[in-house]
Amino acid sequence: MNKKISIRMSGLGGQGVVTAAHILGSAATKEGKDSTVNPFFGAEKRLAPAESYVRISDETIHERGEILYPDIIMIFHPHVITLGKCYTMPFFDGLQKEGIIIINSDEPLTLQKDDLAKLAGLNARLFYIPATQLAIDIGGTDLSTNVSMLGGLLGVTNIVSLESLKESLAERFGGGQFVASGTTAALDDALKGKYTKVAQLIEKNMEVAAQSRKFVTEYKL
Amino acid sequence: MIEQRAVEPAQLFEAKKESQFITGSEAIREAIRRANVEMAISYPITPQSESMHLVGDLFAEGYIKEYFRGENEFAVMSSVAGAAMAGVRVFTATGGPGTLRAFEAFPTWAGARLPIVCAFMTRGVNSPLTIQPDTIEMAYMLDTGIIMLHAETAQDLYDMILRAFIIAEQTEVHIPVGVFTDGFFVTHTRDKVKIAPADMKLPPYDPYSSPVPVMDMENVPFRQMRDPFVMKSNYVSYAAHASWQQEVMAAAERARKYIKQYIGELIETEYPDADILLIGSGTAVSQSREAMAYARSEGFNVGLVKIKSIRPFPAQEIRELVKRAKVVIVPEFNRVGWLAREIKSVAEDTTKIVVGPHVFGGMTMPPGMILDEIRRTSV
Repeated sequence: MNKKISIRMSGLGGQGVVTAAHILGSAATKEGKDSTVNPFFGAEKRLAPAESYVRISDETIHERGEILYPDIIMIFHPHVITLGKCYTMPFFDGLQKEGIIIINSDEPLTLQKDDLAKLAGLNARLFYIPATQLAIDIGGTDLSTNVSMLGGLLGVTNIVSLESLKESLAERFGGGQFVASGTTAALDDALKGKYTKVAQLIEKNMEVAAQSRKFVTEYKL
Repeated sequence: MIEQRAVEPAQLFEAKKESQFITGSEAIREAIRRANVEMAISYPITPQSESMHLVGDLFAEGYIKEYFRGENEFAVMSSVAGAAMAGVRVFTATGGPGTLRAFEAFPTWAGARLPIVCAFMTRGVNSPLTIQPDTIEMAYMLDTGIIMLHAETAQDLYDMILRAFIIAEQTEVHIPVGVFTDGFFVTHTRDKVKIAPADMKLPPYDPYSSPVPVMDMENVPFRQMRDPFVMKSNYVSYAAHASWQQEVMAAAERARKYIKQYIGELIETEYPDADILLIGSGTAVSQSREAMAYARSEGFNVGLVKIKSIRPFPAQEIRELVKRAKVVIVPEFNRVGWLAREIKSVAEDTTKIVVGPHVFGGMTMPPGMILDEIRRTSV
């Protein structure tokens, strides 16, 4: 059971937190691992807090619901921390020893001293990535922020391979098989409109993921 | 739409299956795609909305003959009753406050012997508001006369919905089946689900399998619209009510053998002879599985009982299991502990039953909570 990796993704509605979890979980199952993915949100609206959880293991996963004791925490927007747009306070609550935190921010946030001390006490590793900026620069749209965050995750861990991620991305955006909720479907259409062709969308997103791996920087605690 | 052929239920259930990484809501769509459903009626409520939206897509693709959105849950459940009375196979789904809003319809379905299949995606009810999972509505549903199955996973949900139609439509059963599942923890969770080929579907419903005459203005014994029993306070009306209500309960009893035939035993067990038994239903079982694995690795003698059928209740099975165990722990996702009440109602020695741990209002139950209870009761 120790082989199970639990990931909590916190962000704002519209950032693709739920979609990122789906892409990651799906990539893991393509590698023959077991994975369960579930979201947690209130009203389905932009900028409202949204969380999603991914469990990945070599063994069968039974546990469900919110991940209270994550090994990895991914923060998709600084407001999750600075404005407390989060279901979990403080944002790193429950983080396991030697856990990893990846925050989407152009520069390190001014975190409280005692929070930093607690993280240091856990031997946690804190990373920053300018995911939104990378999404705009490489993908041409901030809607690729979630894929940039997944790229960041691959820059820090080998949780899935880039190839599996690509396969999973293609499946998610490539066909009409997947049905999202109403609001997510509208966002998908917006995204497809931006890239005219699906193939281009996948290609651009892959570039975002691949490049983002190189832009994660560790913040020494 | 894929060309489909109707096959015997067993052939569909035992067909070679393909594994898909899908949500519980999508598992419902895949079950309904293969269920030969003629009519579906929807009304949105989180966490159910997505499933009936997906069933609407099946209508658009041509798998279902009629589909519309009702005015509200009460209208939906009443329309569904009309469809079933008219002799078509019908499906709908709701959850939480939607279940409560439609409540009068459920005992009416059972009383009218309608083989409706409804999926209930449980959520907290509005005091205070939450959209998150909580199984409190199942406590209210216990005495409506409908069969209640509780799915733990998306796989259960897919399997149980397909089988629910066959169980509900047996002449000697012919009462509604509610397939319950925990909102979000199953509906919105992506998991591997094994699914039969899409070119197969259940045989059509035969309305002549109904044990009661078609309900209309002319046919006895119902004649509910004209001269209903309820209008007369005399011996005949009392006797009719008493015998009819008992017959509905007896129908649920007779469902046991079909549940066993199509879903397996009413319970599933792991290490049933253990000193400490965790007894649960729905995703409380998933959390218990995790807790049991930890506990056993620490040397505790812990077993697990998953209750799949809440109505009919596996009274005899539970009585025997409780008799053997030293401690019984009943983790639940609700405030009132209705499953523990049910277990206590059939157990000989109720003092060994721990009511809890509980979480409610949408909280997740960490396996550690169950583990704490195991440690506490082992001292």
